[in-house]
Amino acid sequence: MITFIQFLITGLRLGSVYALIALGYTMVYGIIKLINFAHGDFIMVGGYTLFFTIPLLMGMGLPGWLAVIPAIVICACVGVLVELLAYRPVRRTGNSLTCLITAIAMSFVLENLAQAIPAIGPDPRVPYTLFADTISVGGVSISHATIITIAVSAVIMVALYLFTQKARIGCAMRCVSEDKSASTLMGINVNHTILITFAIGAGLAAVAALMYVSQYPRVYTTMGATLGIYAFVAAVLGGIGSLPGAMLGGLLIGIVQSGANTYISSSMSDTFVYLILIVVLMLRPAGILGKNVGEKV
Amino acid sequence: MNAKETKLRYLVNFIAVAALFAAAVALGLTGGDTMKLRITPSIWQCGYLIVMAASLNLVLGFLGQLSLGHCGFMAVGAYAAALISLAFQRAGVYDQKSGPAFILVLLVSFLAAGVLAAVLGLLVGIPALRLKGDYLAIITLGFGMIIVNIINNLPFCGQQGLGQGSASSALYATGLGFSNDEKMRYLWLVALVVILCVAAMFLFVRSKYGRAIRAIRDNEIAASASGINVNYYKVLTFTISAFFAGITGALYACCNGALTTTSFAFTNGSILNSVFIVVMVVVGGMGSLTGSVIAAVVMFLLNYTIKNGAWVAALPVIVQNVFAYPMLVYSIALIIVILFRPKGIMGSREFALCDIPRWPARIRAHFAGAGAARAAKKEVSYHG
Repeated sequence: MITFIQFLITGLRLGSVYALIALGYTMVYGIIKLINFAHGDFIMVGGYTLFFTIPLLMGMGLPGWLAVIPAIVICACVGVLVELLAYRPVRRTGNSLTCLITAIAMSFVLENLAQAIPAIGPDPRVPYTLFADTISVGGVSISHATIITIAVSAVIMVALYLFTQKARIGCAMRCVSEDKSASTLMGINVNHTILITFAIGAGLAAVAALMYVSQYPRVYTTMGATLGIYAFVAAVLGGIGSLPGAMLGGLLIGIVQSGANTYISSSMSDTFVYLILIVVLMLRPAGILGKNVGEKV
Repeated sequence: MNAKETKLRYLVNFIAVAALFAAAVALGLTGGDTMKLRITPSIWQCGYLIVMAASLNLVLGFLGQLSLGHCGFMAVGAYAAALISLAFQRAGVYDQKSGPAFILVLLVSFLAAGVLAAVLGLLVGIPALRLKGDYLAIITLGFGMIIVNIINNLPFCGQQGLGQGSASSALYATGLGFSNDEKMRYLWLVALVVILCVAAMFLFVRSKYGRAIRAIRDNEIAASASGINVNYYKVLTFTISAFFAGITGALYACCNGALTTTSFAFTNGSILNSVFIVVMVVVGGMGSLTGSVIAAVVMFLLNYTIKNGAWVAALPVIVQNVFAYPMLVYSIALIIVILFRPKGIMGSREFALCDIPRWPARIRAHFAGAGAARAAKKEVSYHG
């Protein structure tokens, strides 16, 4: 029973991180129909920002978690830059496939640029561990990081959902993802909306980086690659373009992974993650909460 | 184009290919350290990259479906070929890597690698090809990962796989893995396999099947309305592509002393992974087999010269520091190619020797056309 609860909590915690990253994927995909492969690397950018700023803030006598603010700012800037320098020009000249290739290339650029910066280098770094204390409830030990991760992700998800439903910019985002030319006619600045989407998505990646780093205290330049793939799988699983879908998919992937780790074999956990993805896509090709849109002739 | 000219074109191409093959055979007979240590291994690597890129082009360029797990089929082919050759070796069919028995084993293991990969391609293709676009991309990625993960967990392959140093590696050393000397001796093999595979794919895309799959790429609904069985052709192309990826795997198994599954992952630090094969196809031109060949060779040479070339040392230190991260250079090069020539080196054209006399006229037409397009764009921007 204790193992079961432990596995469930680990799964929820892992899943919340995946869900935060998946939100970024799903928002960008919803608005420009592009798998932003560089999104995983925004986590890496966030991770390194945390690595450098946490000691700085602690030195100033402030709590370490405040480092998430510079991380969000820097990630958002990187996200906006990637959109401005690479995606926007390519979107103008190319088709969806060339955009996808650009995204892949951008991911390589970020990973290798980080390695080429002398202060970062190719070796993994160990950041300061935040929220290391644990509490014990009925024999199950839960670290503060776990509680904070789950709570913060839940709050952010609800806030984001309300934002897209109620706020003006959120409405603009939904309009642009529905029909770009019609929203231009309604006086929405499409390019600004896309930029804001990138900034929000990348900011969420920075929060996810804080959560991930407090769980596994290691930052390295390719940390975003695998995390990004899991999160993307989560976004597709839930139905890409749908925010509740991304949350659901993230939690599901986290729980499946932690279950496979606990009960079957840690080296086979990838197989189960992808198996779930394949089964869901076979049964519901648009994902769990995705809408199946018919093709117009 | 009349029938006589077509015949002439085939003849010219046939002679050129035969000359290439003869050159490869002749190179294999020469000696010398540069030849043995540098050129021959490079030709082998180029060989498998070429077939790999061309086989993905069938799915990506001609059928218009993005597959991100193509290296999974290659992994199946590589492990199948290596294990089959090992089994023959243990059964005592051959013990030296020469003689007719070994050639027969080579043939069997290459074919088995291809067929096994094709069967897997069929099994993956039937469910996966119900999906389209990004969903297909992600589900093929999933299948590719599963294949690699399962190979990792098979007791007779293992995480270290048929690696050097493990007990199975001693066996593998006597299996397919070629040393540099044997690579020289079997240079004709890689030339033959590459030529046969690319020729077979070329004939496939020129046949009525090829026309059908190009129709599907251009407009799936129109194709199915014209009586093309869309699902059948999709799965067929996917299976054929997997077959050639399997053959490529067998070439890879010959070329390397050790097999590990990281070589077949979705991304890794090297030039061989599912993503990079996609990149090769796009750079070469989707829908151009000769473009894939050119792109594979160009990418390989770029990779090779950045790592080993003497000219890198002559560059300023800042540039050298950047070149210490070849992936950075490729990815920036890739973004530039995509920005300025989104359809790749060859577009959907095929390279043909007989077309060379027509090039000057074409280049003039291209620049004239580009000028006209610019003028038209200016016109549009005035109004838009």
